[in-house]
Amino acid sequence: MSVQPAVRAEGEKPATREMFYAEALGDALRLEMRRDPNVLVFGEDIAQHGGAFGVTKGLLDEFGPKRIRNTPISEIGIVGAAVGAALTGLRPVVELMYVDFAGLAMDQVVNQAAQNRFMFGGQARVPMVLRTQGGSGRGNAAQHSKSLEAWFAHVAGLKLVMPATPADAKGLLASAIRDDNPVIFLEHKLLYRTKGDVPVGEHLLPLGTADVKRQGRDLTIVTWSREVVFALEAADNLAAEGIEAEVLDLRTLVPLDKETILASIRKTHRALVVHEAIKRAGYGAEIVSLIVEEAFDRAAKELAS
Amino acid sequence: MSALDRATALELYRVMRTIRQFEARAVQLFGENKIWGTIHSYAGQEGVAVGVCAHLRDDDWITSTHRGHGHCIAKGADVGRMFAELLGRETGYCRGRGGSMHIADTSKGNLGANGIVGGGIPIATGAALTATYTGSDRVAVSFFGDGGANQGTLHESMNLAAIWKLPVLFVCENNQYAETNPVKDAFAVEDISLRAAGYGMPGVRVNGQDVRETYRVAADAVARARSGLGPTFIVAETYRYEGHYYGDPQVYRTKDEIEDWRAKRDPLVIARTWLTTDRLASEADLARVDREVDAEIEKGVAFAEAGEPASPIRLPEDVYAG
Repeated sequence: MSVQPAVRAEGEKPATREMFYAEALGDALRLEMRRDPNVLVFGEDIAQHGGAFGVTKGLLDEFGPKRIRNTPISEIGIVGAAVGAALTGLRPVVELMYVDFAGLAMDQVVNQAAQNRFMFGGQARVPMVLRTQGGSGRGNAAQHSKSLEAWFAHVAGLKLVMPATPADAKGLLASAIRDDNPVIFLEHKLLYRTKGDVPVGEHLLPLGTADVKRQGRDLTIVTWSREVVFALEAADNLAAEGIEAEVLDLRTLVPLDKETILASIRKTHRALVVHEAIKRAGYGAEIVSLIVEEAFDRAAKELAS
Repeated sequence: MSALDRATALELYRVMRTIRQFEARAVQLFGENKIWGTIHSYAGQEGVAVGVCAHLRDDDWITSTHRGHGHCIAKGADVGRMFAELLGRETGYCRGRGGSMHIADTSKGNLGANGIVGGGIPIATGAALTATYTGSDRVAVSFFGDGGANQGTLHESMNLAAIWKLPVLFVCENNQYAETNPVKDAFAVEDISLRAAGYGMPGVRVNGQDVRETYRVAADAVARARSGLGPTFIVAETYRYEGHYYGDPQVYRTKDEIEDWRAKRDPLVIARTWLTTDRLASEADLARVDREVDAEIEKGVAFAEAGEPASPIRLPEDVYAG
């Protein structure tokens, strides 16, 4: 992938504005749609209503009904149309209201979008973004609260992004739209109303780069999405007890920034993996497996010496 | 309908004959253990792909099915690269990674055969969205079978195409069996095209064994799509001569039934009859076309067998675009 962060002089801070996470996502969509006429957005209730969580609010007014399209409640039709549009030259961004509805669309995600490039011997590319949101905590009950990142992470051919902050949400969504692969962009329903400073104007963060959200020497907490918020709170509490925890926000689960994880663990020699999903066969197990495979011997040796 | 001119008529026959001979040769190669995986023969259904694709340009799109060789040839694919794909060669359309069920030829607008029944339907709909979005008069055609017609993807895609007036043809090839299940056990209606009314688009039922008929019906549907009037649902009644897959014991139908279709409703026999009766071609013309097709097929097989085996897969670049 050839996404580069915007170049700026050393030490120069970009202008920022405080934004909600939902607003930052909308900002990325707006800027990418202005930049590239082939970007269009479709999904359920995303036009006049602005999406179930307000991310696409205002886009209809600026871009009109050709580029901002409401769809019927037809998840596989929506995602499949995005695959076809992407295969033929557009860069569709589609929204599924809840990740729990992805089951209805999964064939188009898994057998079509993800596999076309490989299966067709490299003839095809599928530059599309599937935005949806997951997570619990809002009393939405079992069919509207799941964390299904492990489903997508298991499928070769997909990229998977799970931003925790407004600035990351903006920078990663812009990069996801410019990426030539199908990208699953998984937001968290309880992050939409969180605020943070967001760079104004073009802001690109490369996919596959984790972010150390807090430096520490005693323990590495590997986490993503909304759990980053709790991990930072926990790190504050630990600091009061004299324990300095490093909080590592993966931001992108596929591709995974292994080096940043391993470098942190080689420094702290302790790891705690925190995620919101069901533990059994969850993505956290993948992180633990990585640590055991690639850092454990060295860490054990160093601990022993 | 304006009468078919001689050149077009003979071309329709030539492409049908190419498909028939391709399938015959593919079965032979399979018998010689040269083909990995499985193959699904299109023999018997030639009139559908050929009659429809005759109206398509290289920049129009199709999506196809697991029984996709016919669509691929009708959309202009080179049989040598197709055989190479079946034989798992680097020179195949998908560098040997796809095989029979996944041949795509994006240079000719073929967005791929599909191993998932009904999987190509929403993809063609999305291609038609691109046509509309970019202001072009390109069209997309999705081929699927009576089996695919019972997938939810068809319902969602026909509705989406109708409300957005997308230039797409939904072409259902009713070959009478979804794998082993006869249509009478899978539909409560005898005429599948009745469904179109429920989506607000024209529905046409056509004899898929007579290429003149599919050609005529597709002409209207393609013209309608190109002029911005939206989608059409076409149901072509047809029949597959081989089993669902090579080696299918076919316990669900009788030999008599197969022989009856072959004898009375073979698309190539029907074509030869009207071509000669209407004096569009002589027996000598047809014999010449047959010889040319045979030569093209043998040249294709030779090209395929000379190709290097598929190279080892590279990760991640064979899976992810850089």
